[in-house]
Amino acid sequence: MKITLKGWRELTPGVVITEAGSARRFKTGTWRTFRPRWIEENCIQCLFCWLYCPDMAVKVKDGKRAEFDYEFCKGCGICAVECPGKKGKKAIVMEEEEK
Amino acid sequence: MAKIGAVTGNEAVANAFRQVNPDVCAAYPITPSTEIMQRFTSYVSNGQVKTEMVLVESEHSAMSACIGAAVAGGRVVNATSSQGLALMWEMLFIASGMRLPIVLALVNRALSAPINIHADHSDGMGARDCGWIQLWSENAQEAYDNTIQAFRIAEQMDIRLPVMVNLDGFIISHSIERIEYLDDAQVADFVGEYKPLYPLLDIKNPVSYGPLILTNYYIEYRRAHYEVMTKVSEVVLGVARDFEKVSGRRYGLFDAYRLEDAEIGLVILNSAAGTSKDVIDGFRDRGIKAGLLKPRLFRPFPYQEVGDALKHLKAVCVLDRADAFGGSYGPMFMEIAASLYPYRERPVLINKIYGLGGRDYLPEHAELVLNELMEVAETGRVKTFKEYIGVRE
Repeated sequence: MKITLKGWRELTPGVVITEAGSARRFKTGTWRTFRPRWIEENCIQCLFCWLYCPDMAVKVKDGKRAEFDYEFCKGCGICAVECPGKKGKKAIVMEEEEK
Repeated sequence: MAKIGAVTGNEAVANAFRQVNPDVCAAYPITPSTEIMQRFTSYVSNGQVKTEMVLVESEHSAMSACIGAAVAGGRVVNATSSQGLALMWEMLFIASGMRLPIVLALVNRALSAPINIHADHSDGMGARDCGWIQLWSENAQEAYDNTIQAFRIAEQMDIRLPVMVNLDGFIISHSIERIEYLDDAQVADFVGEYKPLYPLLDIKNPVSYGPLILTNYYIEYRRAHYEVMTKVSEVVLGVARDFEKVSGRRYGLFDAYRLEDAEIGLVILNSAAGTSKDVIDGFRDRGIKAGLLKPRLFRPFPYQEVGDALKHLKAVCVLDRADAFGGSYGPMFMEIAASLYPYRERPVLINKIYGLGGRDYLPEHAELVLNELMEVAETGRVKTFKEYIGVRE
């Protein structure tokens, strides 16, 4: 993921954030060392992953589980732990992030 | 028409605060700065100012309340000394990092232990690298004038940094001197209406203060703070020019006293500079080319200008009213040495530590130092680079 960082001349005095809701633009996906993978055939649509995600990295569309938002997912792995899966098979697995 | 009064340094500063009529003041009393707030709170009680006075339970809270009021969009003042400043320590960095133009009168006093209430620069020197601007004052008049100018410097839109105005505990804070006040209207006009930058109370333009800044931005913010510091000298000189028009009193980055053709010289801060100037006059009467440099703007330190003013001397003694344990020399000495380092031809430097914990600095002390400098200038030899003045063996 390519993020353009500002130079020191472009910063506001006093680290002031002048825009409401700007945390949405703080892409925490770069923090990730492990990446969750969603395996749709094992998903029972319980939405535990959505509920437990400490960020907003699990997308829900029309009441159904959708893809991860990898721009925000920090790779904490809570969703993978909480996922009940189907017949002993997890619907979310953590895989090492590519370098 | 200027009013002339006989007042203590504390009273002079309190009156400057009264004339500025700040929005908020949060303070906790500590000797020897107590009188500033004692007087100021009575101005508040008597309705002479419209300031919201917040009486807090510690200096840490005092500076925290000042920070809160400043981010809300108010013009804010405070006063403290010694341990009080030490307790504000972490908040000092927050005030400067958030670029809040708070004005703090620091009545210089020794730090514990052992506990001592008298004049000493250890408090201000300990906070020299906390991102604040520091002005130092020789007497009550300078403390008053610096306090008024501090608001203009701090609030300048390119600067927006807190300013600490230093004056010596007891020697200046509690001694009565003749001072010339500006009229209330002149001061109000000089400082002007306060213009907040990103005030939290501007609810139509919401802002957030104090976000977490990690490895990808922290160094950029520090670099930006440094850049602001590089602009301070020019602003200080501009404000001083405007102040001269109103008051007739001239200020610079430092006071160069009989320095132009000097061969030997002293560098000394605050009240002891006055004593030294008298002694220098005596040496001049005897045909000895002695001079003095008294820094006014200590942070940011005007290295280039100070170096330029001292480079032609043969020998200079830097007198420090604070020690820097483990740094070997006093804090002022290190700045002067750094100022002169770029020059191939430069004076021989020696360092004397004097007056710690309020010990009197007497004309005899200045004489001893100047006599020693004459010898150093003549022979180029130094017996001891750092010594304590007037210490019992």
